[in-house]
Amino acid sequence: MSLKFFAHFLFIFQVYISVFLLIIHLQFHFFEIAFLFYFFAGAKPMAAIFQGVGAAATLSSSPSNSFDSNNSVFSPLTSFSVRRGASFAVVRSDGILNLNPKGRRAQQLISNAVATKADSAASSSSSKPGHELLLFEALQEGLEEEMDRDPRVCVMGEDVGHYGGSYKVTKGLAEKFGDLRVLDTPIAENSFTGMGIGAAMTGLRPVVEGMNMGFLLLAFNQISNNCGMLHYTSGGQFTIPIVIRGPGGVGRQLGAEHSQRLESYFQSIPGIQMVACSTPYNAKGLMKAAIRSENPVILFEHVLLYNLKERIPDEDYICNLEEAEMVRPGEHVTILTYSRMRYHVMQAAKTLVNKGYDPEVIDIRSLKPFDLYTIGNSVKKTHRVLIVEECMRTGGIGASLTAAITENFNDYLDAPIMCLSSQDVPTPYAGTLEEVTVVQPAQIVTAVEQLCQ
Amino acid sequence: MAFSAPTANFTPLNTPFLRSHDNTLVSSLSPSPFFGSTAKLRLSSSPNFNLHRRSGSVVAVSEAVKEKKFKSTRNLLITKEEGLELYEDMVLGRAFEDMCAQMYYRGKMFGFVHLYNGQEAVSTGFIKLLKLQDSVVSTYRDHVHALSKGVPARAVMSELFGKTTGCCRGQGGSMHMFSREHNLLGGFAFIGEGIPVATGAAFTSKYKREVLKEADCDHVTLAFFGDGTCNNGQFFECLNMAALWKLPIVFVVENNLWAIGMSHLRSTSDPQIYKKGPAFGMPGVHVDGMDVLKVREVAKDAIARARRGEGPTLVECETYRFRGHSLADPDELRDPDEKARYAMRDPIAALKKYIIENNLASEAELKAIDKKIDEVVEDAVEFADESPVPPRSQLLENVFADPKGFGIGPDGRYRCEDPKFTQGTAHV
Repeated sequence: MSLKFFAHFLFIFQVYISVFLLIIHLQFHFFEIAFLFYFFAGAKPMAAIFQGVGAAATLSSSPSNSFDSNNSVFSPLTSFSVRRGASFAVVRSDGILNLNPKGRRAQQLISNAVATKADSAASSSSSKPGHELLLFEALQEGLEEEMDRDPRVCVMGEDVGHYGGSYKVTKGLAEKFGDLRVLDTPIAENSFTGMGIGAAMTGLRPVVEGMNMGFLLLAFNQISNNCGMLHYTSGGQFTIPIVIRGPGGVGRQLGAEHSQRLESYFQSIPGIQMVACSTPYNAKGLMKAAIRSENPVILFEHVLLYNLKERIPDEDYICNLEEAEMVRPGEHVTILTYSRMRYHVMQAAKTLVNKGYDPEVIDIRSLKPFDLYTIGNSVKKTHRVLIVEECMRTGGIGASLTAAITENFNDYLDAPIMCLSSQDVPTPYAGTLEEVTVVQPAQIVTAVEQLCQ
Repeated sequence: MAFSAPTANFTPLNTPFLRSHDNTLVSSLSPSPFFGSTAKLRLSSSPNFNLHRRSGSVVAVSEAVKEKKFKSTRNLLITKEEGLELYEDMVLGRAFEDMCAQMYYRGKMFGFVHLYNGQEAVSTGFIKLLKLQDSVVSTYRDHVHALSKGVPARAVMSELFGKTTGCCRGQGGSMHMFSREHNLLGGFAFIGEGIPVATGAAFTSKYKREVLKEADCDHVTLAFFGDGTCNNGQFFECLNMAALWKLPIVFVVENNLWAIGMSHLRSTSDPQIYKKGPAFGMPGVHVDGMDVLKVREVAKDAIARARRGEGPTLVECETYRFRGHSLADPDELRDPDEKARYAMRDPIAALKKYIIENNLASEAELKAIDKKIDEVVEDAVEFADESPVPPRSQLLENVFADPKGFGIGPDGRYRCEDPKFTQGTAHV
């Protein structure tokens, strides 16, 4: 009798165990599926459906056989998973990326999945802790690390020393390095930029801060004539490893003169490089790369991006000055952007994904020269280009980029390149007018729809 | 000649009324043995200075120096070696510039060429006191500054001919003379543009001493510019910064009274440029720029002051260019009498006279120097003639110090790796 009981017990126990395991198994995968779902598709589940013909490659980190059983239902998602396997943060850069999604992170990402792709992609979570900071702190960290590393690096600008910088990028540096290394200059942009150039020629590595990029108009003589040209006219004898940086772009009702987009003015100067940062990760990386570069570099920051928060790696890294950043891979249309407009584009991308489009978003980062490799590969894949920028329409970065793409990749285009830029108006003070001066996400959505017809 | 305050009367163009070589007017805010402790404007010249040119004494910038010179005319300002060095340098400058004019009219060099004839005393007087590591920043009238600083005549002439053996590989030209080896920081075409660069070089010197702790770094920078530049914002901005941070720089104004066709008096509200120094807290000195020995005495003090870390000095040298603004300038606006007056004060003739009268050297030795310089200049022309022109491959080489700055091409490689790039035919 006990044997029979025991046999029954074992049987029931086995069943129980199997069911238990099955439930656990399914739960695990269900969770994983849900994670993928929310992570890639945004809040609405239906967004995944449009992904028809993607390759059904399995996820690298999931147990393959159990996932296959769900393939038929969720096959569209696997095409997302292909992209998940590929790194879509920084292409060919020195940055370290580690996507290791965990449950908690997935929950956190639900509400703003698409917009913060770069955030999650560029950050590292469990494998390297990293540290979280704001964009201006990232710039400060980059600057401080370079100043520690090389005693010839010095800062010059208005209110950079005792005041700590009008956007706090140089906060604390004067106390640490002294008044000569973090030099408070009088209000004489042309002359102190020239002074930076003279110092660079004679062995130092100055970082010149324009309190607002608009003030650099006063330094245009020195930037164009000396910064860009001296290496050439001296037959290569003198190098000018200077970095000129500062905030620009349209802020919150700052008025016309403080809201200028001057990237276009400087792009014709031979001999200089221009980069624009947009996230704490690339801000620090570009700052360090610019300081280490032997060429004169102009680093454009944006007034409204200084308080962006992101987790960046602890270790030393730089971002290549000539490379563009792949923000969100896609299939249908290439959207090229930089600086603040990246966030408008990502916001529009959310809407676009919901409507069934798959935009590829590239932050070009290097405004001069253009990274035609990354851009070209994207054009060859999607055949449609939309440029979204904050620069002026006439003669802006977008105009140059349109010309460069047409020249090099005309055969790959299915439609004319569309370029959304700021209106050619001095930025009005009134909030409503200022809003329509720059490109808004709704315009981007309309443009993509038009382009993809 | 009595000095009259500029605001009191407007004098016609053809009288060099403002600063005769008799007057030296000094203002100083800080008491120092060099500049005297009072800041007074002397309104009439002392009668004793009319002979200064003959005796070679400096129209002094300080009471002490004045009296010392005055006491004994046998107390010479230079030794024989120094005298010959100065003479040779000035003759080199003159002969070189004359040869430039010849070559220009023969079609060997083109563009804007600005000659320095007549102003040699300023260049020689200042630059011959410098060490190799001291820096010089000039304007477009920079051939003689380059020669005085030590750039070989061959290199300068090749550069003017646009040959690849020039000091800037033929890429700079007449107005952009650079030499890393001799610390000549340019050569700038726009006026005023070099002054901030000079301020930066002086800043580096101070930085090296105080931050990098290279304790013996006392490099001085000289910034040369003209009277027209003294109305430019960059001039004033740099006077302010240099005085504020006590940078080791000397601002040398070569006031030749004319900015192309614009008389200094017609363009400047207060034509006394040296007065602008004390307004910023640095001494302002006026000196006769046609007399190399006077210039040298002032330069010695100004450079020593900078080396000691006491800060900048503004030196206004009254001088004159015998030729037009450039070789394209017909020079019809200036009064022939004015030109004749200054021609009589030719700095080379004056030094020659001084050397011979004080038995520092014989006529024969000076003639030997003349001959030697002629040969140097001829050799420079020959060398430049025979030098090759820059090949096409040189076009893109020096645009960036790091040629990765040309970016990444559509094929994924850096553009500078493209073989067409080194041939100079790549499209960037």
